[in-house]
Amino acid sequence: MSKISRRTFMQAAGAAATLPVLGGKAFAAEKVKIGFIFLGPVGDYGWTWAHNKARLQVEKELGDKVETVYVENVQEDASAIPVIRDLAQQGCKLIFTTSYGYMDQTIAVAKEFPNVKFEHCTGYKRADNVATYNSKFHEGRAVLGTIAGKMSKSGTIGYLGSYKVPEVVLGVNSMALSAQKQNPNAKVKLVLIDSWFDPPKEAAATETLINLGCDIVATHTDSPGPLQILEQKKLYGFGQGADMSRFAPNAHLTAIEDIWGPYYVERAKMILDGSWKSTDTWDGMKEGTVVISPYNKVVPADVVKLADGIQAGYKDGSYDIFKGPIYDQEGKLRVKEGETMKLADLAVMDWFVKGVESAA
Amino acid sequence: MSTEFIIAAIVTIVGLTTPILLAALGELVVEKAGVLNLGVEGMMLMGAICGFGATVSTFNPWLGILGAAAGGALSSMLFAVLVLELNSNQVATGLALTIFGTGLSSLMGLSYTGFIVPVFGSIFPASLASDPYLKVIFGYSPIVYFALIMVPAVAWFLKSTRAGMILRAVGENDLSAHSIGYSVKGVRYAAIAFGGAMAGIGGAYFSMVITPMWAEKMTAGRGWIALALVVFAGWRAGRLLVGAYFFGILMALELYAKAAGFSFLPSQFWAAMPYLMTIVALSVISIRDRSGGNAPACLGKPFLPST
Repeated sequence: MSKISRRTFMQAAGAAATLPVLGGKAFAAEKVKIGFIFLGPVGDYGWTWAHNKARLQVEKELGDKVETVYVENVQEDASAIPVIRDLAQQGCKLIFTTSYGYMDQTIAVAKEFPNVKFEHCTGYKRADNVATYNSKFHEGRAVLGTIAGKMSKSGTIGYLGSYKVPEVVLGVNSMALSAQKQNPNAKVKLVLIDSWFDPPKEAAATETLINLGCDIVATHTDSPGPLQILEQKKLYGFGQGADMSRFAPNAHLTAIEDIWGPYYVERAKMILDGSWKSTDTWDGMKEGTVVISPYNKVVPADVVKLADGIQAGYKDGSYDIFKGPIYDQEGKLRVKEGETMKLADLAVMDWFVKGVESAA
Repeated sequence: MSTEFIIAAIVTIVGLTTPILLAALGELVVEKAGVLNLGVEGMMLMGAICGFGATVSTFNPWLGILGAAAGGALSSMLFAVLVLELNSNQVATGLALTIFGTGLSSLMGLSYTGFIVPVFGSIFPASLASDPYLKVIFGYSPIVYFALIMVPAVAWFLKSTRAGMILRAVGENDLSAHSIGYSVKGVRYAAIAFGGAMAGIGGAYFSMVITPMWAEKMTAGRGWIALALVVFAGWRAGRLLVGAYFFGILMALELYAKAAGFSFLPSQFWAAMPYLMTIVALSVISIRDRSGGNAPACLGKPFLPST
């Protein structure tokens, strides 16, 4: 593995020190190079950490057939284009761009390199050499919402989100609908902090939600900061992207773990045997992409049973939280009784369900 | 609005304000000595990891704070040597320090990822610190009180002490200060080290108090707000305190407005507010005072004595 990032470049340049990170040039030319564009630092213990874990799994399972390169802390703006292009120019045959905000940039670079295959995470724009893949996090949030609906005393659940993108909208809605199945009066207060990773702001937003009456706060940003605040206040929350219980042993009820490894290995193998095609993959609990961490011992047995029931329902395909009737924030009926939202509609969902209190 | 509600909001505002206040106070002294150090963000991160690391290794948060101050000050010395000895461009060197500090802190933090430490909280007895009302005064980390004490201390130092006047002289006219025998470099080394130590302690507030853990880039741009704050305050310590709390209140207001469901302003506007207010303050200062306001005359210029 060669670890190349703007950061490590500067370390080497600035310190002129003996950092070995750039020294390990690969000589074995027949190795297939696979690139990864990461949103946060690999040490975020959340979103990027999970993607990096999957990258390591590719290295482990495919051994000396592949070589991986990653760039972390890549902004979701035009500056991502040269970073993605750079990976393509370095000879990567397959490049994973692992956040929604790289969508147009991935398409743009893919046009320049028709022989390089791209995999864009959580987006919806595809091309002959651009596949998309996503994970049904909202299935996990249906489990969290069920637990929150049962365990919240105030009936007001906080939701700390990043941006109003379909993934977050689905998460909020799934959480609210699931909580309301347990407590018809349950409300979800939403704060979007315009960042995926900003521990002090995540902490302050959590304090704010608590002060406004939330006794359980779910996070859809990537640091364990909110859980630490909840731990101090003796309230409850959930891990995001990975099991974060070590940061908040009492507050951490469970977590949604993102398991990308099997998909990455499968796609890398397809590059090796030449069978890669542009596809749209949206896996969930059934395929093992979304995994619920072990429950905290404070979750009562009846709640565990309910939560397990939802997991089982998603695994055998019998359960779907986006089944009508569903009303929007204004109380308008959006999904009729007996109807279930289609995946294509979920992928572009931009409205919140009844009971979600939000500024936008 | 109940009293408890207001107290909880105040606690959040103090948490948002303290790190930028500390870093900005340090930078104020650096700039008063005529040096512009844009490396605040990097020094804060160095302080955050050194403070966290020292706490993990010694189980003593006080030694953690010392470690944070040392980490910030040591990293600032790299900048000091480059700009004072080699007369490198201060803007470029400061930016390099930010990038360097970000990288080095991440590297140092690799072995601390996933660790937690106890919150470095109030040292007052629980009857005061945990009282639902009195906690608004007694419920904070010692770092908060330190920051508040440092405001009048810095103001007094700059205004009323001999050393402070020499520091200002160096910042206003380095050649004159040099010609009457003051060590311009010595003063600037000391100021830069102080700035680094304060930024380091500010950074440690993140890794030891708000979210007692280490995460790469956990300061998330607060160093830049601290830099804006110095300008916003017109290089005055008293106004810096007001400005820091003003920025802190703005940040809290954004979150409260969102959580309460108000959407009268787009969130991007809130995020831009500190910088917007800095531009407004700069404009007001320059309109009121044609000579360029209160900015030290030698700010950012290399010291090149003829002899």
